[in-house]
Formats: sequence, structure tokens, C-alpha cells
Amino acid sequence: MSKDNPAKAPRWALWLPLVLFAGFVVLVVVGLVKPKNTDIASQMVGKPLPAFTLRAAADERPGLATADFQTGKPQLLNIFASWCIPCRAEAPVLEELRRQGVTINAIAIRDHKEDLAAFLGQYGNPYARIGADDVSAVQLAIGSSGVPETFVIDGKGVIRYQHIGDIRPEQIPDIIRLLKEAQ
Amino acid sequence: MLPEIGLGLLWLAAALAGLQLLAGGLSLTANGKGMAGIVRPVAMVQGVLAAAALGILIWLFVQTDLSVKLVAENSHSAKPLMFKIAGTWGNHEGSMLLWVTVMGLGGAFVAAVERRLPEPTMMATLAGQAFVSLGFYAFLLFASNPFARLYPVPEDGNGLNPLLQDPGLAFHPPTLYLGYVGLSIAFSFAIGALITRQVGPDFARAMRPWVLGAWIFLTVGITAGSYWAYYVLGWGGWWFWDPVENASLMPWLAATALLHSASVLAARNALRAWTVMLGVVAFSMSMVGTFLVRSGILTSVHAFAVDPRRGGFILALLAIYIGGALLLFALRASTVSEGERFAITSRESALVFNNVMLSSILGITLIGTLYPLFTEAMGTKVSVGPPYFTPVSAMFAVPMFVVLLFGPMLRWRRDRFSRISPLLALPLVVALIAGGWAWAMGVRHVLPLLGLALGPALVVASFLPLRGRSVLRAPLSLWGMVIAHAGIGVALFGMASDSAFTVERLVAAKVGEVNQVGPWSIRLAEVAPIAGPNWTAMEGVLKARYDGGAEVTLRPQSRTFWAPLQTNAVSALKGRWNGQLYTVLGDETVSDKGESRWQLRLWWKPYVPLIWIGGLLVALGGGLALLSRVAQDLKRRVARAKGGNRRDEVAALAQGDTAQGDAAKGDAA
Repeated sequence: MSKDNPAKAPRWALWLPLVLFAGFVVLVVVGLVKPKNTDIASQMVGKPLPAFTLRAAADERPGLATADFQTGKPQLLNIFASWCIPCRAEAPVLEELRRQGVTINAIAIRDHKEDLAAFLGQYGNPYARIGADDVSAVQLAIGSSGVPETFVIDGKGVIRYQHIGDIRPEQIPDIIRLLKEAQ
Repeated sequence: MLPEIGLGLLWLAAALAGLQLLAGGLSLTANGKGMAGIVRPVAMVQGVLAAAALGILIWLFVQTDLSVKLVAENSHSAKPLMFKIAGTWGNHEGSMLLWVTVMGLGGAFVAAVERRLPEPTMMATLAGQAFVSLGFYAFLLFASNPFARLYPVPEDGNGLNPLLQDPGLAFHPPTLYLGYVGLSIAFSFAIGALITRQVGPDFARAMRPWVLGAWIFLTVGITAGSYWAYYVLGWGGWWFWDPVENASLMPWLAATALLHSASVLAARNALRAWTVMLGVVAFSMSMVGTFLVRSGILTSVHAFAVDPRRGGFILALLAIYIGGALLLFALRASTVSEGERFAITSRESALVFNNVMLSSILGITLIGTLYPLFTEAMGTKVSVGPPYFTPVSAMFAVPMFVVLLFGPMLRWRRDRFSRISPLLALPLVVALIAGGWAWAMGVRHVLPLLGLALGPALVVASFLPLRGRSVLRAPLSLWGMVIAHAGIGVALFGMASDSAFTVERLVAAKVGEVNQVGPWSIRLAEVAPIAGPNWTAMEGVLKARYDGGAEVTLRPQSRTFWAPLQTNAVSALKGRWNGQLYTVLGDETVSDKGESRWQLRLWWKPYVPLIWIGGLLVALGGGLALLSRVAQDLKRRVARAKGGNRRDEVAALAQGDTAQGDAAKGDAA
């Protein structure tokens, strides 16, 4: 019915979809089997926060700078973004921490003012200060690679602990304990 | 007793699927030709039995039979009837039953009406369909029995997630499922054609209506889902690149590419391996998406229940079906080679370009969706959101839209730009005017500007293939293409407007206070409690005026459901020809002085409804194209019945193809 076309795809290319799919399966198997592990220590744990000054990300809260952590009181530094899905799940947990008297400062990563306002309007605003990090510069400097992440910072501005991923309700006591230890 | 009957029917249907696979497979061998006769009837009965099982489950939900575990967990006697019915598929087991039912009915339908394919290919196709169904039957029967009983019988059920208690969402999953699973038919056709090495125009023509049908449902499902997320979730956005949304977008992208490449194969006998490949990929994307959402592997950060055993089961199915199909493809694709050749400037080239761009967007969506999984395997958790997806997908979408301006006007095989370039003046002028207008309106970001300029140009360009034709005598399929492409332009304009023009305010308003958002002034008249069938709410009464005009009333609510106890905001919307006012009532805050204020979120979203209007136009275009195919097919059958001999049939086919070739001048679907 048709002529043979000399310009057909090379043979190896026909195997490519299968190879890619095999990669997907391996990835998923690893994801299914691997226990969820969130206790990874950053290189920055035990070191002081790098110097930074960030403009305010939202109208209703001031911006954030290194000096804000040198208050003598341990605080949390939450790295988040309005476009981050786990951050939505984390919002009520942060609210609970705030209710228990924890000061939470935040850095909003690559966010837009309107998106952030919508996020805070819907999921609550537990933050004392929110700095805007439009190019992830500060995020990288403190050894964070994703959102959400939360750092426990002691009263002198030294990083004591890094929590990767969202804080689950059952982890609130751990965070409170770490803050007490950082006293 | 009824649940046991339902389960029995399901076992019976599964057994028939086994028989269908066996008989279909044997009929391809030298000694088993006689088996061919039973394959079609078995396929039909299998579909009906699966549907009957689903019917029984729906009935159990309507009755709120709490002795059935699934009903007790997902329904409640106080729920309105519509949501009792929707509760059937608002959960894992029920939606899997819906899945096999749609697969079974799809196979039954193919068995009943499809006569175009050579008989061996047809047998291989039906065996393939049965093979896929079997895995899903096994999954239902061994891992997620929807009819499992519960003892002791609880007093009342748990209820359906309040977010799902919305008419839009009640019928959204079945629509999407018809799309997802409809693609299983394309998958089976591809398998059948690979097994019998019959990949040609006949195969493309036979497969095309099924892909078109599935694609229409997917389009409607995605459009409705996006609108649902927009007005129910109360965050004022229409697309979030959430894994759940991506799971529906990826099969749609593949199906869109498949529709276009099947066109090339049907009209020009080119792109054979590619079309078969897309047939495999489209349904694979449905399965992968379902797996990612269902196994909890990606949504684990949402802290939803994770069920690795079920995840493992679906993964095994994926490995067998997708892996098997891709292996078959790798072994056979070179024997179905590429077919006819074409010049760079030709309709085929434009369609190939569209295919490459669609596949690229599919690829980057898949990468973005899987990336968190990948980094988690490496030890860190990240979330990939719009900052990645939007610009990267635009990188491929924008060139595709530019080619869409002229591609449909190109001739098959070989054409010259000089022939169509004078025609392009019109869309170009429109793009300049629209872009200039957007610039004058203060739009400075690149993507919104491009969208606002390209959208109207696309709408105009879409109608150009109709030039020189009598509007009434142009073939229906041509109209389908014109409307679908214009719909893309309309939706694009809406999307760009959303990012370019939306104004938002978050205020804490006292009763009686007036707030301004864009051209609207909005007074909070009062906040009062009201009650519904299974919820109570605080309802805000907003009196809004557009630019000093007449007063309209909006009533956003903050609803509290009692089964289960949960609160969610119900937005209130007011549409105008030039946009939509979107309001959400939040919490009450009482100051130290005892002064009460209500959180209000107000958006003015110019032209945003065009997103969904555009989506529906795309689906409508698909519907017209499908209608024209079905009409052609019926005509041919009538001609065959009258003539009764082979020569007439060939003549009728040729005639149908002239009409089709005519349509193909502007054919995309």
C-alpha cells in the first residue's frame, strides 16, 4: 500500500520510550519503597546565618534581615512560597506553633505579591516578618534547596536545626523542644 | 444480597474478559480461526456486566446501605441525592469500578460498530482491550473490592468530602474517566495494529473517531475541573499545575497530538510509527496520571493516606501494559516504517511541528510532576510550581500558536509560503492592534502581552481556511477545526487577561463599609447565618456597583458541614461581558474594643471567563468533527447495504474520502 521510506527513525530511537519508561518505574519503586526520611543535616547547621537583607514580601509584614534574629530569643525561619503545595498543608501547623508563642519569620521564594496575599488570606499568616527572595539567593546561602523548609535559629542568629519538608502536626513537640534547647 | 450479586457480576465480567483475550489471541493463530466468532459477543456481554455491577453500587449508595463498607465510609443519609450518586465514584474503589465499566463498555461499543479494520487486527484489538481490562478487574477483585461488607453496621456514614459536594465536581470525574479510558481504545487499536503490522490510513481512520470522542470528554473534563477549582477552592486561580491537574493535562496533550498525527496518517499515509507511538503514550499517560494521584506517591506531602500495597499493584499493571506496549513498539515499529514523504513547507510539516511542541509540553509537564519524586529519592524534598511550569511550557506553546496561525492553510505534501503570505496580513494586523491595546493598558510582562496579542490573531486566523467557500456548504469537519482553533485563541486571551489585568484586594471590612476593587465599589451590607440541607453558613451580603452603575447583590458564604465537620468558603461571582467579580467571605475578627470585622477577598478579573468559554469551544469543535465522521461512516454503510458488492463499497469509500479530502483541506481532527 505504501512505498518504503528510506528516512525512517534509527532503530535505537524505537527503544528510547521503553528505556525512559523503565527509568520512571525505577524512580517510582524507589519512591514507594524508600522510607520517608526528613532528618538531613545541612552543612550550615551550627553556623551563623549569612548576612542578608530582604525587602518586605507582603504589605502587612515587615521585611527580614539577619539582624532580626539577634534578639536573644530562639526563632523559626520558614522558607515557603504561595505556589508550593506542601506549604498549604503546613500552614495550620505553623499557626499552631505561633499560638504556642513561637516567633516565626519567613522567606518567600520567587513569589508575587498578589499570589502571596491570596495565600496568606486563605491559609493564614503566622509570620512576624516575611522577606522576599526573588532569585533564591538567600535560600541557597543558607543551604536550603526546596520549599517548605524550616530552620531553628538560636538567639544569636546561629542555625541549630534544619527541617526539610512540611512540619507535620505530630512534629510540633519536637520543634518546641529544639527551640527550648536553642535557648 | 445485592452487594454479593454485584461482586458476582464483577467476577463474571472478569472471566469473560479472560475468554475474550484467549479467543481473540487464538483467532490469530492458524488453528484458532474458528474462535473469532465469539470475540465480539463476549466483549459486548462483558461491558454490560461491568455496567450492571456499577449500577448496583450506585443503587447501594442511593439507598445508603451502610452494611457496605464503601458506602459507610463515603456517604451519609443526610446527603442530597445527587451527591449520594456522586459518592459512588468519589472514592478509590468506586472510581476503579467506573474505570473498568467505561473500559468494558468502550470495548463493547467497538465490538458492536467497528467494521473498518481487517478482521485479524480487530481481533488483536479486542484481545488487547480485554488484556488491559483484566488487570484492572484483578485490581478491583483482589485489592479494592467495592462491595466489601462492614460489621457491625454503623449508625450513619462518614459523608463525602465537602469540597466534592458541588454539582460541578459530582459529574466531573465521570467525564474525565470517559476521556482517560476512551484512550484505552486507541491504545488497543495501536496494539492490534502493531501485532498484525497493519498500520495505514485505514487504521488511522478507524481509530480517529474514538480518539476524538475521548479527547472531547477530556477537554470538557479539564475545562470543568479548572472552573471548579476556580470557584470552589476560593483562591481565585484557574490552573495550579498541581499533580492532579497535570494528571489530566498530560493525556490531553498526547491525545491532541494523536488526533493531528492520525489526520496525517489518514490523509497522507505518513507518520505511521509516530501515530502508533502516540496511541500507546496517550493511554499510558492516563494510567501514569491515575497511578501518581492514587498511590499517594506524589500527594504524600499532603499527608493523605498512603497505600503502598495498592500503589504496588497499579505499578505492576503499568509495568506490564505500558512496558509491554513499548516493547512491542520497539520490536515492530521499524516494520511499519514512515510511509509517504513530504516537503518542509506543507500541511504535514506544520502538523509535525505541532506534534513536537505538544510532546515537548507533555515532556516538561511530566518532568515537573515527577521532579519532586526524583529529588526525594536523592534525599531532599522540593515542590515544583508555576514558576517552573508556566514559562517553560510557554516556550513551546508560543511557537506552536504562531504556526497555528498559518498551518491549517497549507496544502498537503508541498506548498509555498508566497501563496498564503498575503492572507497572513489580517491576523498580523489584529495581533499588532491587540498588542498595542494591551501595551496602552499598561501590560508590560512578556507572556501576558504575547497572549493578548496572539489570542485575537488566532481567532481571526482560524476562520481563514473558510475563505472562498460558501459558509453553509463548507464541510462540518472543517467547521469543527475552525471552531476548535478559534477556541484556543479565545482561551489564550482569557488566560493572558488573568495574569495581565486581575486586581485583588484583601480587606477586613466592617458591616456598612465600602471597598473598591478595580472599577467596582462593594459595600458589606450584612452578615447573617443561613442553613442548607447538610450545612450551616455565615452569609455575607455584598452590594456591588460597577463604575457607579446599578447595584447587584453577591452572597459569598463560609459553610460548615456537619458530616464530616468541615468548613469551606463558597465564593460568589458576578459576571459582566468584560469580566468577573469574585468575592470570598473569610473569618470574623473581633478587636480588643469589641469591634467586629469580616475578612473579605475581592477580585476583579477582566475577560477571565473566556478561558472556559474557549475550552468549551474547543470541545464543540471536536464534537462537530466527530459528528461529520459519524455521518460519513453511516453514509458509507448505507451505500454498502444498498450496493451489497465490493465495488460499491470501494466507490463509497472513495467518495467518502473525497469529502474527507475536501474537509482535510482544513482538517485537524
